[in-house]
Parts: sequence; C-alpha cells; structure tokens
Amino acid sequence: MTEHDHHHRHDDHSELSETELRVRALETILTEKGYVDPAALDAIIQAYETKIGPHNGARVVAKAWSDPAFRKALLEDASKAVGTLGHVGRVGDHLVAVENTPHRHNMVVCTLCSCYPWEMLGLPPVWYKAAPYRSRAVKDPRGVLADFGVSLPKETEIRVWDSTAETRFLVLPMRPEGTEGWSEAQLAELVTRDSMIGTGFPRMPGIPS
Amino acid sequence: MNGVHDMGGMDGFGKVEAEANEPTFHEKWEGRVMAMVRAMGAAGAHNIDTSRFYRESLPPHVYLSSSYYWKWLLGLRDNLVAKGFVTESELAAGHAKEAAKPLKKGKFGLDSVERIMVRGRFERPPPALAKFKPGDRVRAKNMHPATHTRLPRYARGHVGVVERILGCQVFPDSASMELGENPQWLYNVVFGGAELWGPDADPTVKVSIDAFEPYLEPA
Repeated sequence: MTEHDHHHRHDDHSELSETELRVRALETILTEKGYVDPAALDAIIQAYETKIGPHNGARVVAKAWSDPAFRKALLEDASKAVGTLGHVGRVGDHLVAVENTPHRHNMVVCTLCSCYPWEMLGLPPVWYKAAPYRSRAVKDPRGVLADFGVSLPKETEIRVWDSTAETRFLVLPMRPEGTEGWSEAQLAELVTRDSMIGTGFPRMPGIPS
Repeated sequence: MNGVHDMGGMDGFGKVEAEANEPTFHEKWEGRVMAMVRAMGAAGAHNIDTSRFYRESLPPHVYLSSSYYWKWLLGLRDNLVAKGFVTESELAAGHAKEAAKPLKKGKFGLDSVERIMVRGRFERPPPALAKFKPGDRVRAKNMHPATHTRLPRYARGHVGVVERILGCQVFPDSASMELGENPQWLYNVVFGGAELWGPDADPTVKVSIDAFEPYLEPA
C-alpha cells in the first residue's frame, strides 16, 4: 500500500462506503489485538496482484506443448512435474492436468464454492465463482460454452471436473496449428486463462490478444 | 448441509457473463478481506473447511445476494465471533476493547507470508486399505448431513465409476466441525450425463467429482 492510500484511509472517512467501513473496522480490530500485521496483508494482496496469475499456468502449458517428456510427466503427476519449474512450483501435492484431444474437451468447475488452481491461474474471475456457471456447468456444459462463444463438434466428449475436494485441475489445451518451431515463450503468449479452465481455446497465431 | 451453495444442476441463474480484462480485485476492500481470511486461517483461527462451512451457513438470501468477497467477510466475522477472537461490541465500535485470545499458530506477520504462498498438503497416512479401485462401480450415498459435506446433491444416489485414487486426505466433514482430520480415501468418480440428468441429457457429457470413501458404496 502506498503512502497516499494510508493518508486517504485515515483522513477521508466521509468518502468510505459502509462496506469499506466494516472491512476496515475488522482489520483495525485484528491489528489492535495483535492477530495480524497489516503489512503482511499488503504482501499477500501484492503477490496476487503482481506475481500469481495465468502466466504461471501458461508457462506450464507451453512447456508441455514443446517437450513431450514434460507433457507425459505432467499428465502422470502434475504436482511433481510443475514442482521442477522453480518459481511456478508452489502448487502443493494435489494438481491434476487433464488433456484436451480432438475427441475430448475438459472443463473445470467448483459447484460448491470456488475451488480453482490459484498457483497456476491466480484468483478466479467473478463468473467462475457465480451462480450461473456453478449451476449449469455440470448439467449443460455446451450451453455454458455457448455463453463464451465456444462451440465444439457435436460428437466431442465433454468431461466436466467438479472440484469437490482439494484436487485442483488444470486443462492442457490443444496446441494451435501453425506454431511449428515456436519457442516456449512465444507459445505461452497464446495460452489464455479460459483455455486452462476449459471455457475457451488458446489464441490463434497471428491474431492479436 | 443442503444449502444454496450446492448449486450444481440448478436452473434459473441465467447466462454466464464474463468481464473482459477483469482486475484481480474490483475494490480495494476485497483484497483486504481475502488477505484477512488467509492470514487468520494461517494463524489458526480456522481451517479451510471451517471457513467454507461458515460461508455456506449464511442465510440463503444473504448468500445469493452478496458479492463473493462480502460473503468471505461475513463468514470470517461469524467464525471469529463464534470463537471469541472478536466480539460484537468490538465490531460495533470498530476497535479492540478486550484482551486478545491466543491463536494456535500465533500472530500472522510478514515472515508468515511465504508459508501460505505454497499450497497446503492434505494427504495423510491411511488408517486402512482403500475399499475401491479404479474401474469399480460405486453409488454416491443418499445422505443429507445437516453440517458441511463435499458430496454435491446432484450426485447423490447415482452410480459412477472410480477413475483414479487420489490418496488418503483430510475429511472435510470432520475437519469443518473441528473434530479432527479423520483422513479418508479420496477417489475421482465419473458419472454419465444420463445417469445424473436423465435420458434427455447430452450423451457426450460426463461429470466427475472427487468423492471421499464415506460418500460411496459398492454398486
């Protein structure tokens, strides 16, 4: 948090909404009672705003597209495979990668709350946590995909993974055609967040993001 | 509990509306709430299952009409008040008025941040051999506990096939009530669309859940 924000937070009560006042009240109490250091809260927020996001998952996908041994290891034990990649290796023990093929499309949901592979994709978007997606993904996944402008051949199997325990699922999308010889860094640019949830496809080469 | 949080298969919520270039947080307070929940959990005020149970226990109209992080704030507040870490009178005053209650893991300071950035481990030594193996047909039990469970309603009573064993893990139904970890075998179980949604279902759809052994019986 910047100096300016601190100033704002202390001096401009009238500009704070009821919501902000209630959040601030709780944080003040937790701080005054010595439960939390506000600087530690700042550090958590900063990590999710600046370090942890879909670029982590994109790097994993791009490597799987480029390196057949890594792809095999990822599908066998994603936690172990991702654990070899240094700073994106903080996924713990319960990551599972599921591979899209011409015959099968994978899609991830958490119908009960909002379970999502934070370390790979960052914090989930609002739609992932909201009722329309959580209610329909398991019953009408094609309808949900249509909301995203995604359509699949009618014979393609759709496998929906409901994240009801601590397993976190990462979709390994199909590598776009026309990317022969591309570097991992170039490939990673094509990997979208939604393609790793299963509600979208990677970008096509040559089409700006 | 059969709450409104258990949304799989419900109708009427409308289209999925994705926001282009969505920010990590829409308002600054959302980040503060997320961080407070993570920090107080790491300090020992709750485990992940307890925090889910407090959010599920919000009145249905509140659950459905509140934004995501507002539900997090309400769940955190209820948890901290119930356990005596914070009092209603402190919340009304916006300041501490009473002595702090010791936290199991102590104050959450800057040196604790790295620890929570690595995802927790939920696997535990198994108390017994696994009852099921990949390929086994299993039925999700027709069970309706009034407290926290991770067996979604839409799967109950239906027959699926065990696809993989995910190890023996902390059992949310026990952990959420702070009755201990009570580790149980966990399986990925896959169901056909027609089994879950009837003969009119899209025949290309399969849905899997991660199901703990106490949720399953042989079929």
